[in-house]
Amino acid sequence: MNPSARLLALHVFRHNPRDTASSPRLVIYQLEETPGMTLFIALSRIRETLDPGLNFDFVCRAGVCGSCAMLINGRPGLACRTLTAELPNQINLFPLPGFELIADLSVNTGKWMRGMSERLQAWLHLREEADVDAVEARMEPELAESIYELDRCIECGCCIAGCGSAQMRTDFVGAVGMIKLARFRLDPRDARNAADFFDLIGDDSGVFGCMSLLACQDVCPKQLPLQSQIAYLRRSMARQALNGLPPA
Amino acid sequence: MIPASEKPGPWPARLDLLQSLSGLLLGLFILLHLLFDASILLGKDAMWTVTRFFEGYFIFGHALPWLVSLFVASIFALFVLHAWLALRKFPTQWRQHRIYWAHMGAMRHEDTTFWFVQVMTGFGMFFLGPVHLYLMLTHPEQIGPYASADRVWSGVMWPLYLLLLWLVVLHGGIGLYRLAVKWGDYSDPAKARRKLKWMSRALMVFFLALGMLTLAAYLKIGIEHAPNVGEPYVPSLKGVS
Repeated sequence: MNPSARLLALHVFRHNPRDTASSPRLVIYQLEETPGMTLFIALSRIRETLDPGLNFDFVCRAGVCGSCAMLINGRPGLACRTLTAELPNQINLFPLPGFELIADLSVNTGKWMRGMSERLQAWLHLREEADVDAVEARMEPELAESIYELDRCIECGCCIAGCGSAQMRTDFVGAVGMIKLARFRLDPRDARNAADFFDLIGDDSGVFGCMSLLACQDVCPKQLPLQSQIAYLRRSMARQALNGLPPA
Repeated sequence: MIPASEKPGPWPARLDLLQSLSGLLLGLFILLHLLFDASILLGKDAMWTVTRFFEGYFIFGHALPWLVSLFVASIFALFVLHAWLALRKFPTQWRQHRIYWAHMGAMRHEDTTFWFVQVMTGFGMFFLGPVHLYLMLTHPEQIGPYASADRVWSGVMWPLYLLLLWLVVLHGGIGLYRLAVKWGDYSDPAKARRKLKWMSRALMVFFLALGMLTLAAYLKIGIEHAPNVGEPYVPSLKGVS
């Protein structure tokens, strides 16, 4: 035991909805802080030494997969990218709100993301069937870069958990939905036109339901340009609505 | 493909635009309104000149208070329109209130908290705004150094004005910031947002201070003028009467 090390108290939400005997509760785990400790390391240590039954998700441990998002002292963030040194002695951990609870800190973001993706048809709609033997069409490096910039979203769910609109209104697609459509709008291989995209997010469950609280921008672990992209979508969709939409 | 019946059509976009536009107009109007009110700080003659100006005195040679009524009517209409449009965003169910409260408390995020301040101040103005607007609509001639001061003190309107000042400045100050981040196109969005936030704060502090000083000035005149309540102001300026 290092006498100068901090003793952390992790107050962790525990509940397994599929266990009828389980009820939501807080469990306090005390843990000695070690140099360079992330929340992911702290949780793994709890599971190894204190409570093997604790549920939390992780895959990459490097902020790439988006699995370990949770509420850290009330704010959404990735456990693997959060250093305990940046937090007070007491650390409160809750599962991300707005997603189906699997157990403890583990939530089913995948189910939500799939629903959103299907609703927004968030995949490339090719103009013609891809010929896998043909050479790919060229793309300007700047365009490829800007598409890649928006494609960095890891679907961790932090923007949904941080968004007051998404928390109040469950049909709101959130920043993750909008950034995805912004990405496909840029892609010249996508056959959809501006009117098609308007039909997907030109209402109150899309870009006009956003109240510009900008928490998504502030909590996004990938620092995606959400503020400017949502404002851009809003401007261009408003312009479309003013110039007259094609008849329904 | 999306079936035609499920396509959003242009109205959600138009309503959002209209909410922003009506808010922008009302916000700019309030800033000018508070500046013109503050003319009393420069003296009774200054305020008298401002009121006569808006009654067309210096154009037509005599005061036409119905011009003020006409303007108040259009502001009233804009106010009702904005309130109706903003209602779309209000939390209406208990579930939504509970969720937002918990969310706001946990997040400790300024813009998230400020949005709720806008909801509360907007709700307050549903009730206080129409009282003021109706009085101005029906008594446009009673705006002047003594008439206004009498209304503030002898008419016991000062508690309403004090409350309304805070509601309108907070609501408008936050609202103008939100409009700027909502629609604006900036080369450095994060820097622009910090700057806009600072400007919004400075605006609120300035107009709250100015508004309180102005109200204090009317209170002082109103208390002094209480024995002669109802008597109109006669300007000391040369050449006008």
